[in-house]
Amino acid sequence: MSDDNHELEHVAAAEPIADPGLPEHLPRPTDVDPVMEKRAERQVATLFGLSSVFAILTCVAYFSLNIGGHPTVFLGMGASTVALGGCLGLALLAIGIGAIQWSRKLMSDHEIVEYRHPAASPQEDRDEAIAALEVGIAESGIGRRPLVRNSLLGAMATLGLPAIVFLRDLGPLPGNKLAHTVWARGMQVVQDVDGAKIKPEDMEIGQLVNAEPEIFFATNSEGQPVIEGTALLQAKAKAAVILVRMHPDDIKALPDRRNWGIDGILCYSKICTHVGCPISLWEQQTHHLLCPCHQSTFDLADNGKVIFGPAGRHLPQLPITLDADGYIVAQSDFTEPVGPSYWERDRSNLT
Amino acid sequence: MSAPAASNGTTPAATAKPNPAGAIANWADERLGIATSAKKQIRKVFPDHWSFMLGEIALWSFVILLLTGVFLSLWFNPSMGEVVYNGSYDQLRGIHMSEAYASTLHISFDVRAGLLMRQMHHWAAMLFIAAMLVHMMRVFLTGAFRKPRELNWIIGGVLLLLGILEGFAGYSLPDDLLSGTGLRIADGLVKATPVLGSYMSFFMFGGEFPGDQIIPRLYTAHVLLIPGLILALIAAHMLLLVYHKHTQWPGPGRTEQNVVGYPMMPVYAAKAGGFFFIVFGVVALMGGLMTINPVWRFGPYNPAEVTAGSQPDWYMGIAEGLLRIMPGWETHIWGITLSWNVFLPGQVAPMVLLGIVLGYPFIEQWVTGDKREHHLLERPRNAPTRTAFLAAMISVYGLLWAAGGNDILATQFHLDLNTITYFMRGAIFIVPPLVFIIAKRWCISLQRHDNDMLLHGYESGVIMRDADGGYSEKHLPLSEEHAYRLTARNRDQVYTGVSGADANGVEAPNARVDQLRARLSKAWFASNVQKPTKEELEEGHHHAELEHEHEVPLEGHAADGHQFDGRHDVVGDDLTHKH
Repeated sequence: MSDDNHELEHVAAAEPIADPGLPEHLPRPTDVDPVMEKRAERQVATLFGLSSVFAILTCVAYFSLNIGGHPTVFLGMGASTVALGGCLGLALLAIGIGAIQWSRKLMSDHEIVEYRHPAASPQEDRDEAIAALEVGIAESGIGRRPLVRNSLLGAMATLGLPAIVFLRDLGPLPGNKLAHTVWARGMQVVQDVDGAKIKPEDMEIGQLVNAEPEIFFATNSEGQPVIEGTALLQAKAKAAVILVRMHPDDIKALPDRRNWGIDGILCYSKICTHVGCPISLWEQQTHHLLCPCHQSTFDLADNGKVIFGPAGRHLPQLPITLDADGYIVAQSDFTEPVGPSYWERDRSNLT
Repeated sequence: MSAPAASNGTTPAATAKPNPAGAIANWADERLGIATSAKKQIRKVFPDHWSFMLGEIALWSFVILLLTGVFLSLWFNPSMGEVVYNGSYDQLRGIHMSEAYASTLHISFDVRAGLLMRQMHHWAAMLFIAAMLVHMMRVFLTGAFRKPRELNWIIGGVLLLLGILEGFAGYSLPDDLLSGTGLRIADGLVKATPVLGSYMSFFMFGGEFPGDQIIPRLYTAHVLLIPGLILALIAAHMLLLVYHKHTQWPGPGRTEQNVVGYPMMPVYAAKAGGFFFIVFGVVALMGGLMTINPVWRFGPYNPAEVTAGSQPDWYMGIAEGLLRIMPGWETHIWGITLSWNVFLPGQVAPMVLLGIVLGYPFIEQWVTGDKREHHLLERPRNAPTRTAFLAAMISVYGLLWAAGGNDILATQFHLDLNTITYFMRGAIFIVPPLVFIIAKRWCISLQRHDNDMLLHGYESGVIMRDADGGYSEKHLPLSEEHAYRLTARNRDQVYTGVSGADANGVEAPNARVDQLRARLSKAWFASNVQKPTKEELEEGHHHAELEHEHEVPLEGHAADGHQFDGRHDVVGDDLTHKH
């Protein structure tokens, strides 16, 4: 402390210009001119009065204007929203501007001075606090009885276990779920909009079809969907695919993938290997597929290889073939987990 | 109302008619003892400066969020149960969707003022986070985080983080296609966590993504957990602010020992209270006139669909940018997968950034060795290294923000997406150091300019012609007030360190760390320009006077240039600038 003070004094001595002190207070027009004062008073009261008017108009708008499915009626927003927001906003602004005008024109504008104190407590308070604390610690005997202290610490730490264990039922364990999708041998690849089955001749070269497994549209004997609700969304988040047709000569299939397509038609997972967005921006000429979220780009003519962007792995390919009726079906499930990476991904049990 | 008691007459004030306000105050004080603290706080001093309003905007936005949020919670149904929409909005009628999305549509189209409140809530959230960020920059640039306010800086930093989490949880609730895509990305981020990723994801979503748990869970976080924490931290922030008292700009009569300004009652109550209504009014106008998050256009969430050009709320932009420009690095080794491409930008980088922000006051204090209390603000130019550091950080922020919209930039400006991304990957390392150097030199130039003005006066704009036909500009001295303002700052002291070994040849403890500190301190301060000493100032004035004499007779009179055209007599003219 004393060092600091000494330093301060030293610095003060070197100040090139002495503090001239607070400038003299100059009166405002409203302080000296009763006409101006009256005028300011009227301004403030007018603003407050306007606020009441707009508040009432807000209520009028609430009851008189229709809402409903026409959000584009007025300014693209719906007449009700525009009127309510406009009137409410003006009612609030009038109060705010009035209050500030009042404070600036009519309330005293004499600056006042308060003195600061160091944030620290005075030394005697500190001494007393420490003495009190020491008495408390000594009386508790926590220092003299390490057995009590350590067993208490142990008990507290152990109590953390139930707190963590109780969260166990937040969700099931992942198990092998991420490794599999609903795709299976012989499952038809269908249009994602209406569930229509697809034949190779339905597709032209350069075409991309957003597709899904047929089971998403299947119904049981009672006419109920086989998969619906949450289960459907969960299945979709892994099983969504895209079907593309390229010129067979353009395709550079890996040796073990030569029979995974039909005449230049290939099927890939639609779920990005980066963080899982559905990918569907298709560049016909280059056979590139771009993810709209983070722009990872995959070359579908080259086994779904990443050619740009933050994705770290190629897009998984679904082996397809034709069924007896000539519709496109899956040969099997995906041969690797689809979607974003996770720690134990490479050890997934794919059988 | 009874007349105020007058005690300058013969009757004592106490006999005046008791007024009802006094009775209430008495009732309250007999139970709460509030007069002791109220006597100081009622006339608490608030210094005046426009930049002190920024934190207030954040505070008032939060109040608006609480008010509009309560309104929305009366109708919002945080459930992922599937329903068929049957409300007023034609285009979505008959479509399967979650109850969360259906109730959001209900609020927007079938509850009067519902859409207004939704939009006000969203705008206020944007404003809340923006105001916190700008307030934080103001605190940083003026050195208001210095001792004794470091803890309040940390509280503020945590508030900003909580505000961002709260915003993310909030815009995920409607369960529309855009917010679902955001959650899908969050799922990818969580899955990339080493060792625990897939487990964390399953626990978070109550099973496989998307499950039927995440919306109710986010709702609890959004309306209870995070707002509770924010409220508690705001209370702590305000209490510390009252305890430390406000910082103020140096100036005549404004010192480290005092605080000068207007009293809370009545001036600041009116100003701050009025400002609440202004912020509220502006948010209401925004909610009424500017569409935000039109979830009805996006449709319900479907994990097989996404919209091109999907963008998160603005404050997630830098996280989005980091994720987009990160190269696709992934390590597969011993049967494990390490997604550096997601883990580094999504989890490590935000933590590092937060660490730098929260730790900054302590880093600066250690380097500068400045352990004094500071209540006077510093002009940004007078802390060139700090200012340049923030400028560099702003450039990082701006680049990442732009990178987060690389697809939008590409389509709007007809640029190549890949080139933008490659550019950003390099720029993020090259631009900030350049910005740092430029900003630092800029600050130092401004410091030199201040000294020039102190020593030689300011440029009057009056051009003088001397006997030889040469021209020069007349400089005039600054007003005393202005000159004092420029000199009211500390001299920087470079920490030189404990010299290598003492007289007995014993190395000082921690010599290495100490040398590092000395080197950093030198880099921090050494090129700063210090204010002139008293002697330099006197010499400067003396010099100016001499110059004056040398140029007699032509320069003998401060002149406007017309005085030497022989049209009128110049004797007695005084053109010294008057304030």
